[in-house]
Amino acid sequence: MTSQPLLSIRDVHRDYATVHAVRGVSLEINRGEYVAVIGPSGCGKSTLLNLLGAIDRPTRGTVSIDGTVVSSLPDRDATHFRLTHIGFVFQRFYLIPVLTARENVELPMAEAKIAPPVRRERARELLGYVGLAERADHRPAELSGGEQQRVAIARALANRPTVLLADEPTGELDALTGSDVIALFDRLNRDGMTMIVVTHDEKLAGAARRVVHMLDGRVVRDEPLLRRA
Amino acid sequence: MRFQLAALSLRRHASRTLLAMLGVAVSAAMLLDMVMLATGMRESFASLLGRTGFTIRVSPRGTLPFDSEAMIGQASEAQAAMYRIAGVTAVAPVLGATIHVLGHATPITAFALGVDPAVQGDYQRLEGTEPTAPDALVASDALLAALAARIGDTLDVAVGFDPQLRTYTGRRRLVVTGRARFIYLSATDRAVALQLGALQAMGGVDRSDRVSLFMLRTAPNVDPEVARAAIERALPRVTALSTAGAIAEAEHRLSYFRQLAFILGAVSLVVGFLLVTTIVTVSVNERIGEIAVMRAIGVSRWHVVQQIVIEGIGLSLTGAAGGLVLGIFTARYLNSILRGFPGLPDAIEFFLFQPDAAFRALGLLVVSGIAAGIYPSWRAASLPISSTLREEAVG
Repeated sequence: MTSQPLLSIRDVHRDYATVHAVRGVSLEINRGEYVAVIGPSGCGKSTLLNLLGAIDRPTRGTVSIDGTVVSSLPDRDATHFRLTHIGFVFQRFYLIPVLTARENVELPMAEAKIAPPVRRERARELLGYVGLAERADHRPAELSGGEQQRVAIARALANRPTVLLADEPTGELDALTGSDVIALFDRLNRDGMTMIVVTHDEKLAGAARRVVHMLDGRVVRDEPLLRRA
Repeated sequence: MRFQLAALSLRRHASRTLLAMLGVAVSAAMLLDMVMLATGMRESFASLLGRTGFTIRVSPRGTLPFDSEAMIGQASEAQAAMYRIAGVTAVAPVLGATIHVLGHATPITAFALGVDPAVQGDYQRLEGTEPTAPDALVASDALLAALAARIGDTLDVAVGFDPQLRTYTGRRRLVVTGRARFIYLSATDRAVALQLGALQAMGGVDRSDRVSLFMLRTAPNVDPEVARAAIERALPRVTALSTAGAIAEAEHRLSYFRQLAFILGAVSLVVGFLLVTTIVTVSVNERIGEIAVMRAIGVSRWHVVQQIVIEGIGLSLTGAAGGLVLGIFTARYLNSILRGFPGLPDAIEFFLFQPDAAFRALGLLVVSGIAAGIYPSWRAASLPISSTLREEAVG
């Protein structure tokens, strides 16, 4: 008996005017997998991530997550799907500068109409998980880049997503703080989170359990990595 | 959390927000002042005319009260005819004349009203007694001050001057029996009121049985317009004007004034709208990346719009509140200047605060603030998330 893949991409294309960013990609990702998507700049990996995260729609083909064909959802439903099923981590962190770390983590929960006491407690837990319990009341400008990215990861986990998508999460970090994020991602995956990471960072890609190589909008190699001890 | 986020976003650029609020406040103050100006004169004029309960003014045919020196002859007969008209409960004759108070280095000129003290609506006695005797008068404070006179003093008064004989005519010694505030005159006007018969007698044949106007009261259940029409039918040599007609006439004469106020009010509303639109647009453009991320993590388009519109409402409401205070102070100051114009009745206000009109105008400003926030926020919330994030990352 084979289990249903969590994410399924079938013959997905994404064209922007004359640019073919993604050309006929098919991919299946199972629950609990940690996948790194790598490739040169402009090969379509970020576009693929956006399609997986339902913030963009394929020109052709289907994207299904946990049984839902997200590629055909209307905007309102796609927004709600992102809120409840997808966790996003961006290269530039994109925290709301006027909110504290705790409030940033609470934001998706507030949108999901979770009661204030519950979301405060959950934000506290998540900030503790990423090692920032003591920095909960600091605003992004008072945090280092690594700390900001950890807050962004906590925010991505707020509504207990089905999958965590990260686009160059170590791209703006130095080697040391980048290693902290890699270790955090590793811990997250060990705790059961399905993760897809788009990266140029060899260390981050090396931490994944499976690496998908892209070139010119196509998947050219898809290989599992040996698990480290 | 949307309210908190909106408040914090406004605080993010505190000086810009403060300047925008000040701008909206100035715009709101101007709008409020224009509303107060557009209605102030009309309302205070209506209040002035209605104050003493007289509902009809009767003047010589083709004139307005005290519009000319024309007089109504055979006044006793006309008065009797008006009393015969159904619904007329009181007829107050008024004769206006210029008098000279002698006995000083230079005679002091004043305006005299000959009235029936029992039925008059021209002054309010402040002190002393009514001028019921033929040699009595009440005077305005301005005249008493100019004469250095007080109640009980006797004045040497003339109603005319013969340039050939170089003598004053119609002289009589009159006793000041009271101080009065003249309703249709300014506080600085020098004026007296005395018995109609006394003033007519002082004026000789030129004023014998003549009056400048009649003021009439009508019964509450009688339409003044009906009584007015009946008067004009009964007395073809007069023009009768109801209070409503007088207000309409005043409104007609003030129409340019009101149009100006309307245009300036509309301009200030547009300025307020553009100011809030500009500030919200600048603020939204600065946060395109943030907004795209909010959308990416699942914040709905409508909630993004709501949050930004709340910012616009915050700006407009605070500005409107400031504008209310600023507008009232400005109106008071301008009113004090304009009321200094010579000859204006003391009761006339140029700027009149009417809560309904004021709050409607400020409400309109707040609504325009809401409208100002909708377009930029909807545009920002509708941008394609992925390409916006890509552009922001490159930028």
